[in-house]
Amino acid sequence: MTQLWDFSGGIHPAENKHQSTARPIRVAALPERLTLPLQQHIGEPATTLVKVGDRVLKGEKIADVTNGLGVPVHSPTSGIIESIAQLPVPHPSGMTDWCITLRPDGEDQWVELQPVADYRSLERNQVLDMIRDAGIAGLGGAGFPTDIKLRPPRDRMVATLILNGAECEPYITADDMTMRERAEEVLAGFKVMAWLLRPERCVIGIEDNKPEAIGALRAATEGTQIELAVVPTKYPSGGEKQLIQILTGMEVPSGGIPADIGVMCQNIGTAVAISQLIFEGKPLISRTITITGEAVREPGNFEALIGTPVQHLLEQADLEPDQVNRLVMGGPMMGYTLTTTAVPVVKTSNCVIAATTSELPAPPPEQACIRCGMCAEACPMELLPQQLFWYSKAAEFEKAEHLNLFDCIECGACSYVCPSSIPLVQYYRYAKGEIRVQRAEQLKADRARERFEARQERLEREQQEKELRRKERAKAAAEAQAKKKAEAEKAAAEGEAVDERSAKSALVQQALARKKAKTEAAATAKEPAAAPHTTPKEPAVEKPDLEALEKQLTQAQAKLETMQGMLEDAKAQQADNVDKLERAVAKNHDRVNRAQKALTEAREQLARNTETQTPD
Amino acid sequence: MAFAQQSSPHARRARSTSQVMLWVILAALPGLLAQTLFFGWGNLINVVWCIAVALASEAAILKLRNKPIAFFLKDNTAAVTGLLLGLSLPQFAPWWVSGIAVISAIVMAKQLFGGLGSNPFNPAMVGYALVLISFPVAMTTNWADPALLWQGAPSFIDTLQAIASAQQTVVDGWTMATPLDEYKHKIGSLTAAEVTSHPSFGDGVARGWEWVNAAFLAGGLMLIGLRIITWHIPVSFLAGLGIMSLAFGSNADQYAPLSLHLLAGGTMLGAFFIATDPVSAATSHQGKLIYGAGIGVLIYLIRTWGSYPDAVAFSVLLMNFAVPFIDHYTPPRTYGHHKARRGVPGRTQG
Repeated sequence: MTQLWDFSGGIHPAENKHQSTARPIRVAALPERLTLPLQQHIGEPATTLVKVGDRVLKGEKIADVTNGLGVPVHSPTSGIIESIAQLPVPHPSGMTDWCITLRPDGEDQWVELQPVADYRSLERNQVLDMIRDAGIAGLGGAGFPTDIKLRPPRDRMVATLILNGAECEPYITADDMTMRERAEEVLAGFKVMAWLLRPERCVIGIEDNKPEAIGALRAATEGTQIELAVVPTKYPSGGEKQLIQILTGMEVPSGGIPADIGVMCQNIGTAVAISQLIFEGKPLISRTITITGEAVREPGNFEALIGTPVQHLLEQADLEPDQVNRLVMGGPMMGYTLTTTAVPVVKTSNCVIAATTSELPAPPPEQACIRCGMCAEACPMELLPQQLFWYSKAAEFEKAEHLNLFDCIECGACSYVCPSSIPLVQYYRYAKGEIRVQRAEQLKADRARERFEARQERLEREQQEKELRRKERAKAAAEAQAKKKAEAEKAAAEGEAVDERSAKSALVQQALARKKAKTEAAATAKEPAAAPHTTPKEPAVEKPDLEALEKQLTQAQAKLETMQGMLEDAKAQQADNVDKLERAVAKNHDRVNRAQKALTEAREQLARNTETQTPD
Repeated sequence: MAFAQQSSPHARRARSTSQVMLWVILAALPGLLAQTLFFGWGNLINVVWCIAVALASEAAILKLRNKPIAFFLKDNTAAVTGLLLGLSLPQFAPWWVSGIAVISAIVMAKQLFGGLGSNPFNPAMVGYALVLISFPVAMTTNWADPALLWQGAPSFIDTLQAIASAQQTVVDGWTMATPLDEYKHKIGSLTAAEVTSHPSFGDGVARGWEWVNAAFLAGGLMLIGLRIITWHIPVSFLAGLGIMSLAFGSNADQYAPLSLHLLAGGTMLGAFFIATDPVSAATSHQGKLIYGAGIGVLIYLIRTWGSYPDAVAFSVLLMNFAVPFIDHYTPPRTYGHHKARRGVPGRTQG
């Protein structure tokens, strides 16, 4: 007997599973059209490999992902590509997305299939590549590419490989019926995964409300080392984190993945898909889906081609159109409502509930939270849902995050038990969305600030360099002047030999000159108009206009700075006028240089003039 | 075809707030029955009167606040507040005393703070504390004496007259202080045996009170069984009171014994019906344990060394003050985390 642990919280909603287990899995009839979304799971959308009008065979790759995370899309049957257009896809927002529409030709003609005789003779990487090439993504919920999941990061050893057959959501029986009818295939696929990962322990977790499936699996696992762990029925024991806790007693670290604690969880449907790939060579082109709810007369499970419109399946289950009130994709706890039946079955679609008004009634109006704490009792993640609700409602996101808002798995147990009918999960989704938006904006603002600061720094640096250059020039000029002065002094010193007489005559000369200057000054005072005639020999017209040149230089520099700033911004935004701006900057650079040169020359000239003017 | 658009989960378990409150009312009925049996019609009349005043004042203030009256009255929370006050007020409390208590509970303690779910203090206990401080004589001398009731119980009409006329002299022969009060004031000069020879103690712990407390205990256990309340607050409440009583009052000639603390006064009503008011109590399991234990300890302190006899109301209100603080420091450890994140964001708490 496998040791089991319990997880805290959890609820026991009405199961509603018997409706869809009365009939065996039916193969859905070929619809008139198949709609294949290019993005069916987490990751990048695939790129089309076909064009409108092409004829494709069943199992032919029609779209692939070459860059980033993702898996290819295959044609579910043979037919003609009718269009590649934006069509409604299954999504909580009711959005449209790029889809390939295929019109089946009814021949259902396969491409050549290449099953593997003995996968053990292959390299592990070859098998992983095959899994990717077959378009296999997790068939449980998020649809993570299976090959990537099967390559645990950082070479972490997977000690425990878990096959998740808990299927705890009410109504859904796709995994249950698959285990009942295809236990061998489930096991075969599981063994391939076990061969890839070489875990120490292989365990299938299954809730005790599926006795037939348990029986089938027990027979299939007979004589193998695979454990069959029957776990108590409690929602959400099929949640990955909860099942890991039940089966191993360990917790996945917050923000981490199961591989961090040496565990991996795979879905029943994924195992079947791998089995079909290895032993039959078939890519993932169909899946089992539960069609149930009180508005269909013949609920049950269908083997449906990917791309089959939900409307087609509902018709096969004998829908009463006037009875449907709510159409839920997924289970009643975590599923989302559909706006149209035109959406197709994708790789992650496990259930459609066509519910009547009495079956899933509209919730009563929201009342005030009385902090009764029933939500905290039900929370499987041991959060404080009511506190998170208060903070989310009051937009105190920091506090909500502090109370581990992002650990919420949105299982809906809190909303389910809330006596005040508060849509708690909706508040958490809102808060998470707001926090993500704020983070993105913060990142953007940070980048802008960094850019701005870098620019400021650059401008400052340039200013400093300019200042430095100016100082150097001033220093050089001062040195030159000092040298000249020294030379002059030297010359003066050499002239010490001048005799007294000549000195006297010089004194007389000087006195005469002074007298002359005096009279001249008196004359100038009398007739100011005659002033120009007293100016030194060097004419003023030859004196360069320093002020104008300086102004010119400053202007040129300012313009250059503006242009450089514009260029920076353009570069950051990757605008298309970068070249033009670069040329402009270069031009302005020349202008600045020219202006600088002109100014320097002017200064030198001025300096020369001043020197000549200065009486020694 | 237009389909209903709804956020998950689509399934719900329908036990509304009004149903929860209805269960609380039902669970309190054994206690009310015991009170009526041992103390006469007083509490029953009080309960009816208090519920009527509670609904009327709730309706009036909802109208003032422009809120849908029927929608909020239907949640039964006002009725529960009225019921709890009716159960805890003295049997012969004059009608205006109980009326003031209910009105201040509903209007001041509940609606002025924003209505259901927003009140930081237990409304019933705010009302109780207010009239206790304002009208100490009416609140402490109007308790019925079970001993006299057995000899010749006042009829329904007499009781109604006593409550309606507010002539306290009329009921002088029937009224008295509670056994706890009696014990506290007499034990200073008398021995335990002398004190308990007073007729109000009867043969057991405290005549009548022990049965009333047992009935509330039964109703409380029912609430736990129905998962309407969790065990944390009542258990830590009683444990806090019990441990204090054993630690300090092991000598019955000095302090009231454990049995009296547990089975006299409003202990069980307080532990299962009043302290567990979810709106004003702590939220996490650990927080509830601290909150309940705090009330139990405070009850012992107030009963033993305080000057007011009604410890439950003050203890609950004092711990209501501490709830935000307790809540900050007692969040549970979330799945996948090493430690609980205590305190407020922005501060490193290890």
